[in-house]
Amino acid sequence: MQVPILKQRDYLIASIQAALTDADLLQLRDALVSQVGTYRSRGVIVDVTALDVMDSFAVRTLRDLAHMIRLRGAETVIVGIQPEVSFAMVQLGLTLEGVSTALDLEEGLAYLDKKLRITAPPPVKKRG
Amino acid sequence: MHSQETNVPVNADIDIVTARQKGRELARDLGFTSTDLALIATAISELARNIILYANSGEIVLSVVENGTRRGLKVIARDDGPGIPDIERALEEGFSTSRSLGLGLSGVRRLMDEFDIVSEVGNGTTVTVKKWRL
Repeated sequence: MQVPILKQRDYLIASIQAALTDADLLQLRDALVSQVGTYRSRGVIVDVTALDVMDSFAVRTLRDLAHMIRLRGAETVIVGIQPEVSFAMVQLGLTLEGVSTALDLEEGLAYLDKKLRITAPPPVKKRG
Repeated sequence: MHSQETNVPVNADIDIVTARQKGRELARDLGFTSTDLALIATAISELARNIILYANSGEIVLSVVENGTRRGLKVIARDDGPGIPDIERALEEGFSTSRSLGLGLSGVRRLMDEFDIVSEVGNGTTVTVKKWRL
């Protein structure tokens, strides 16, 4: 199952919708690393809220993804790691060292905005 | 209903997903907490991946076990692959001969309550793990 990648402002947002096979994860990694160049994106958010398992392969692939994207000049944030998933990761000794994480999509966007000092476009003023 | 076994053939990476989903369903039926469900599903995922990495094919067998009033889930990961020459070493923290993160069997042992491995060079590997309900 392919993961849809949305382009929003200077960011790419990949929202994982369902369980992914190893091949799907590798496809996501390669697509994001490539599209960062295509769209000249400065930030990438990978939303893993829907994942009920993050095993060693998934964690390693996400870590590789983040490091590869950093080498391409952009920042990655992994958002939405579920409480149970975080527990299983800690039990297994899996870490996302050197990778930024945030609670959810909103926090992830705020993190990137701050990190990259991108200000939101000014609100349209209403004329009275 | 719970006396029967569920066999999941493991031949491709999609089967890893199927195996852990079936294991999670069975564990949910048994009343495991959501935290335990994540531990069980993760352990099955690692075991199924080991089958693909080291033996190319094999199977995951899921069943319910009872011990007095306690009930639990038993997971057997079986393959006819090359076998493990040095089981002690394979169980060492961080040891892995393949491409995974190097957590492998020691990680699976930590996630579950009981762990048993039988392996013979040239005759495959069978890993049996159990998780008991609290």
